[in-house]
Amino acid sequence: MADEVKKEPPANFKVTIDNITIEVAPGTSILTAARQIGGDVTPPAMCFYSKLKGSGGKCRTCLVEVAAGSTADPRPMPKLVASCRTNVMDGMIVKNITSERVQDARAGVVEFLLLNHPLDCPICDQAGECHLQDLGYEHGKEGTRYEFKRRTFEKEDIGPYIQLHMTRCILCYRCTYVADQLTDNRVHGILERGDHAEISTYISKAIDNDFSGNMIDVCPVGALTDKTFRFKNRVWFTKPVDAHRDCENEKCCGKVTLWQRGDDVLRVTSRKDEWGEVQSYDGKPGWICNTCRFDKKKANDWVIEGPTSISRHSVISQGHYVGLQKPKETIAEVMGGREPKLLMDIHSISDVNSVEIASLPGPATSKTFEKSE
Amino acid sequence: MGRKLLLDKAHIENIRLYDVYRREGGYRSVEKALKTMSPDAVTEEVKKSGLRGRGGAGFPTGMKWSFLAKPEGVPRYLVVNADESEPGTFKDRYLMEFIPHLLIEGMITSSYALGSNRAYIYIRGEYAWIVDILEQAIQEAKNNGFLGKNILGSGFDCEIYVQRGAGAYICGEETALLESLEGKRGNPRIKPPFPAVKGLWDCPTVVNNVETIAAVVPIINEGGEEYAKIGIGKSTGTKLISACGNIKKQGVYEIDMTISVEEFIYSDEYCGGIANGRKLKACIPGGSSVPILPANLLLTTAKGEKRMMTYESLADGGFATGSMMGSGGFIVLDDTQCVVKHTYTLARFYRHESCGQCSPCREGTGWMEKILLNIENGKGKMSDIDLLWDIQRKIEGNTICPLGDAAAWPVAAAIRHFRDEFEWHITNADEAQRRNYGLMHYADPIHIPTTA
Repeated sequence: MADEVKKEPPANFKVTIDNITIEVAPGTSILTAARQIGGDVTPPAMCFYSKLKGSGGKCRTCLVEVAAGSTADPRPMPKLVASCRTNVMDGMIVKNITSERVQDARAGVVEFLLLNHPLDCPICDQAGECHLQDLGYEHGKEGTRYEFKRRTFEKEDIGPYIQLHMTRCILCYRCTYVADQLTDNRVHGILERGDHAEISTYISKAIDNDFSGNMIDVCPVGALTDKTFRFKNRVWFTKPVDAHRDCENEKCCGKVTLWQRGDDVLRVTSRKDEWGEVQSYDGKPGWICNTCRFDKKKANDWVIEGPTSISRHSVISQGHYVGLQKPKETIAEVMGGREPKLLMDIHSISDVNSVEIASLPGPATSKTFEKSE
Repeated sequence: MGRKLLLDKAHIENIRLYDVYRREGGYRSVEKALKTMSPDAVTEEVKKSGLRGRGGAGFPTGMKWSFLAKPEGVPRYLVVNADESEPGTFKDRYLMEFIPHLLIEGMITSSYALGSNRAYIYIRGEYAWIVDILEQAIQEAKNNGFLGKNILGSGFDCEIYVQRGAGAYICGEETALLESLEGKRGNPRIKPPFPAVKGLWDCPTVVNNVETIAAVVPIINEGGEEYAKIGIGKSTGTKLISACGNIKKQGVYEIDMTISVEEFIYSDEYCGGIANGRKLKACIPGGSSVPILPANLLLTTAKGEKRMMTYESLADGGFATGSMMGSGGFIVLDDTQCVVKHTYTLARFYRHESCGQCSPCREGTGWMEKILLNIENGKGKMSDIDLLWDIQRKIEGNTICPLGDAAAWPVAAAIRHFRDEFEWHITNADEAQRRNYGLMHYADPIHIPTTA
């Protein structure tokens, strides 16, 4: 009955986050609303991934305080709530960085997340684009109060393309959602429980699916890395450029970021938005297929659009590759059109430069450069 | 002699079988409800009875039932939570093992009230033999027309299924239970939506404890108002308490909630006092996850009143000086027990049982366990106590489900009330390996500030 009397619900809900008011559509989560405001107001999120249904609520880094539930019921919520899984109500007042409780709880969560995480950033391929690094940098403490041995796992082989490094995992469950929602034959999930829970495949089965590579993109840490890129380069030494190709796979969007060194394509990933998630095109997430990701490692496979814009806060932007001009070859000019005479053409003697680093199946070692007769 | 409503017939030989149960007046509530009452009238009766959930939280059952969404054309489910895994709690096992038809009867009546045509009993995997008992009882009820299609000619259909869990404490949390029942990994869901709106297979679902559903039988038989006359205040009816630890007579007792804790521990009708002539040191009154209390605060509240075995009185003083009724797992510790070791044991349990879904609980429980083990082994530092306090503070309230709280509370309460025992363990590390701290001052009368 009450429903009949009630007028049309307001088109938009007004929500105030850290004293900034914004109007959002009903059904928007607090986190999404905060992302529309942007900046410091946005809570960090390690497990929530807006393109994966059902994700979020697990890592607890996005906890916020709800100081008033709604205009109709302005009571505060007693507990901190996970902003990624709590929808806004009209007149809701949310405190994120203005709440001491939130800061305290978040510091606790960061400490918990780092508790068993190996600080092997110097050898981790994710370093430089790791969300846990960013989170630790922003919200963590310098030291740890943990005095015990960190948890480790046996390494497990899950196929030719993806390296699972369970010790680094923070159990965000994102990759299991990819397996559930993107790939049609799910073989991987979580085994065990508690602090000994681990991501694994069905009896060490290899993950073999056209879209399995997207697990690498959604992984916030270095637990899932690209075997074709492992140890090849630090991400901040590579140059990201946007590129596309007409992919035969109709589910693949074909729009990617190439991570280049010189003209070599070292790595192919999907394009990321400012929250580190896969970019959407026409409302559809731009997942890419394994052929694009792992097999098309030549620059001429791709139509290059231009440099990827990288946030200036990211270490990747330290390369200053945007707008960089290579020095011209000036010898010919100085010498009045004559070519310099080489004493020795080093390229004809050494094989070093004839090795195509990008097409190696693994990291380059001294063996790679041995002359093959 | 207290009133018994659930277990008054449990001692009768072969009450497990339908014929005996029926002869003793069983299934009267089904007949009464289906023939003379409307479903809403049954819910109303439960509301009037003031029955509170017996699984731990003590939420009013009638209110929970009235929250159930009833959209057209969508099935509703009743799920009975028999995943009794709390250390110290074994009341449901007793009830299901000895008088299974009471549960079946309660389920039929409750299903009728809720409009649920399918009800499930989710039972913990370790209770393997009880599954057979329940399934036999269900078959007998079916053979006698109390289950199946058109029960007693009322047009109401009901089926009951028993599902075994696979040995996880977390599956006692209602949403994890539903996930597990659906055949998935038993991870708690993020609430809202609550099960009353979106529960089993996204349909409205009521999840109740075994004892709660069993208590519906006497409520319908005697009337809600009669039931509400038993007990004190909002703690109505009778409660099963599973008493264990250093008492003379461990077991399941049905109490009407009018007796004091002191009477429960020392009277011959119930626990019969502390075993081997030792003294009472501490007690966890409601299952392992509720705060532990030292003897003095257990028997009297901070205000100096006698502490009663009721929801309100046990919780009197909040967590600072009180505890909780919880699931009724009454664990008694005498003066030979070590609170540090005891807390470590519980921390180990929660570490093992955390589902690992959300980070504070997954990482925090393991950390607390390791620190407590260090203290127990005489390797602790003074700063560890404050560190423990800080860890539990950061787990509590920040997790998806109450397991985080359940892991944090015992540690918090142990430090709050037994801090000097922890300190003694650290300063006298060698001695702590040879002997226990003993009773010390934990049973001394508490100082009650007088107000003018």
